[in-house]
Amino acid sequence: MSEEVLQQASPGLIPGSGTARAAKPTRLSPSFISWLQAGPMMLVFLAFFLIPLAFVVIVSFWDYNEYQLLPHFSGRGYTDTFEGCLAQLPELCTIGKTYLKTLKLCFLVWAITLFIGFWVAYFLAFHVKSKTWQMGLSLLCTIPFWTSNVIRMIAWIPLLGRNGLVNSGLMKMGLINHPVEWLLFSEFSVVLALVHLFTFFMVVPIFNSMVRIDKSLIEAAYDAGASGFQTLVNVIIPLSKPGIVIGSIFVITIVMGDFITIGVMGGQQIAAAGKIIETRVNALQFPAAAANAVILLVITFLIITMMSRIVDIKKEL
Amino acid sequence: MTEGRPRSFYVLAIFFAAYVLFLYGPMIAIYVLSFQGPQGGLTFPMNGVSTFWIAKLFQGTGIVDLGAAFRRSLLLGVIVMIVTVVLSVAAGMAFRRKFRAQSILFYSAIASLIVPSIITSLGISLEFRIIDDLIKAHWNENFETSMGLLTSGLGAHLTWTLPFGLLIMFAIFNRFDPRLEEAARDLGATPWQTFRHVVLPIILPSVIGIGLFGFTLSWDELARSSQAIGAVNTLPLDLQGLTTTVTNPDIYALGTVISAVSFTVITLALGTIHVLNKRQAAKGSDAGKGLV
Repeated sequence: MSEEVLQQASPGLIPGSGTARAAKPTRLSPSFISWLQAGPMMLVFLAFFLIPLAFVVIVSFWDYNEYQLLPHFSGRGYTDTFEGCLAQLPELCTIGKTYLKTLKLCFLVWAITLFIGFWVAYFLAFHVKSKTWQMGLSLLCTIPFWTSNVIRMIAWIPLLGRNGLVNSGLMKMGLINHPVEWLLFSEFSVVLALVHLFTFFMVVPIFNSMVRIDKSLIEAAYDAGASGFQTLVNVIIPLSKPGIVIGSIFVITIVMGDFITIGVMGGQQIAAAGKIIETRVNALQFPAAAANAVILLVITFLIITMMSRIVDIKKEL
Repeated sequence: MTEGRPRSFYVLAIFFAAYVLFLYGPMIAIYVLSFQGPQGGLTFPMNGVSTFWIAKLFQGTGIVDLGAAFRRSLLLGVIVMIVTVVLSVAAGMAFRRKFRAQSILFYSAIASLIVPSIITSLGISLEFRIIDDLIKAHWNENFETSMGLLTSGLGAHLTWTLPFGLLIMFAIFNRFDPRLEEAARDLGATPWQTFRHVVLPIILPSVIGIGLFGFTLSWDELARSSQAIGAVNTLPLDLQGLTTTVTNPDIYALGTVISAVSFTVITLALGTIHVLNKRQAAKGSDAGKGLV
């Protein structure tokens, strides 16, 4: 596009512009044009993603006191984080427990979003035959994604609170005598909200994989005498695998780094990997925050590498 | 395969309906509750119906300075939207040819999407803190900060919206027929004319989709803003701050107002996309019209 812009600005800069051209006598080489086109986005990622990431790693090895960064090498960010971990063995130290809890939340949310996401995508891809309906129903699933996450969290309060709809409903039915306390500001509400917010990230890639499945393969399986269940296990699930893996990567990385949902829905009481970073930042202990960010990054990266072994992500997009 | 709908259709249709109810039910609950009467509380039942809480927000007597935060979020959202659209379309065009650093840009975008937001946010805040320190040490001792809504805040939002924009561009060009451009070129169109009159009209509905993502993701962004926005708050940050202290329906009213903006933008965007698609279907592409 940039070549075009140049031409508009000064026609004649590129020989032959404006007239029919048999060959392509452009002076700007195609690779230069590509650079002009892709350069701005690359610069944004460089300035606001790659360099910041480098700073996280660098600062994690800096020293600090109560109110400022001390830019000389120190492992204090890490030693503070793992304080007491060796001494307490075989008991888990705070950071170990926190990561265990985060992984547990992660696993629960992953399993539930995968189940819901798979069947929602399956319904959309195989049971909704009309393209218009398919579009409309996918849109219905997408619209909440365009609205605020915090609002979608707060939305559970009137339902799950002590005097909420669920409690008053259960009490009216005589199933319970006292309001159930664990409905809100608990691990339950955290998992519920995460599932509510992020099943979308499962539905979309799985749906994309499923609509690409050649319908004649399913008919072939049916003709060859496969039961519905056999078709599902031997044809549909293997062919949906790329979508399942991509969706899983999204959900797992989101939950691993989450501190807002866990904060709001856990009543700021539940420790998690992302929350440690937030707490450290609020205490102005930036190297410790950065060290925790590096640890989180490494663990997230390991999970993604493991998962991308299963599927070539670049090919699937 | 078989005649009529299999039983699994009905089971899954009910499952799907339940999912949709799960998605929308709680949201609708707070929209309703924001119209509580003046004596109303945080939960059902409704204690009368009024616009008391919403009016209170706009009077500025409520909990946050809604007006200022609202304008800031709106400004940032619009800028993020424009930058996202322009950079994504440009980069999307670049990816149709092979170029060096292609895979670096691709993996940067994917990484930016999946690296936990808190890490990106922390990194940006460290970067700006270090820049501030350098400026203070070498140039101006009284320098306050370079962090702000339209510096670090804008950058933080772009790391979230640009990957979506790029992925949507990939999807567009996957099903784009390059012969249309060849035809335009054979007819003597300049590259700019080809883009303006052939490519852009065809991809326009999806480009509006990128804009929709750009605005809504920025308008509701929280995790990346949390450390990188500087001294002022955006609307979602104010809203999050309220979750720990609030005891009356102010918070629902604020939620309803924020959602109203989201839904207005979604409706406008989807409406425009619909009209454009209809026009394309009715008239065919208007490719070639500007070339004569």
